[in-house]
Amino acid sequence: MDWMEILKVFAVGGIICLIGQLLIDYTKLTPARILVIFVTAGAVLTALGLYEPLVTFGKSGATVPLPGFGYNLAKGAMNAVQTDGLMGALTGGIKETAAGITAAIFFGYVIALIFDPKPKS
Amino acid sequence: MKKSKNEKDAKKRYEKYVSGFTPSSRSVSNGIKAFAVGGALCTAAFLIQVFIQQSFGLENKEAGRIVTVGLIFTAQLLTGLGLYAPLAKFAGAGVIVPITGFANSMVATAMEFKSEGPVLGVGSKLFQLAGPVIVCGISVSVIIGLVYYVMGMFGLTLPWI
Repeated sequence: MDWMEILKVFAVGGIICLIGQLLIDYTKLTPARILVIFVTAGAVLTALGLYEPLVTFGKSGATVPLPGFGYNLAKGAMNAVQTDGLMGALTGGIKETAAGITAAIFFGYVIALIFDPKPKS
Repeated sequence: MKKSKNEKDAKKRYEKYVSGFTPSSRSVSNGIKAFAVGGALCTAAFLIQVFIQQSFGLENKEAGRIVTVGLIFTAQLLTGLGLYAPLAKFAGAGVIVPITGFANSMVATAMEFKSEGPVLGVGSKLFQLAGPVIVCGISVSVIIGLVYYVMGMFGLTLPWI
């Protein structure tokens, strides 16, 4: 690991977030739509072979933002088709992302039950 | 007392004048904050992943998965404690676009509907924002898988898979 590698991670992650900020500031897209756009864009770019080079270059900078979620979904589906055939198209995406999705649902549910929303001041 | 027409016009003109430069300068600082915080968050995730990989001798993928779960838990705990909203107010997309924003949206919407009960309130509103993301993401992945399967039937392969 060297400084150049860290700089690449920072730059790629920062630029993806910057694109999100520009969408928030300059378009009338709702946050939900922006999140959906990021995930689907990540999946489509992965299918086209355009996201993998970004992951190789920027590592966590490309996988931690939401397009990385789309990347894992698309990659999982395509890899599973290769090994399991047609059923892989149905199982691959969620299998690859199962840890994250399940963690978000389980921790999210428990935490939302424990804590109360802060009164808006 | 009624405001004179002139006064109103002046007020309008001033607002127009102000709006001419205020949003753009705010957008520049928003952009810088999103870039810096988003980049820092990804860098922190990367460093933790490398540390886990080296200390436990794990594979790249496995370590990445642990970090993802850790980020999700941390973001949701901060949301529960009421600390995520101020963070998002400062960093904007810098903490919304990373997976932490997705995790935050689940707890934030679910907590608001506690009064409707643990099943229909919290249980369903967990997916108010996350639902569309999961539905669209998984649907696209199935379509991609199907297209890839059909391509394979015709002997077409993609060099990047």
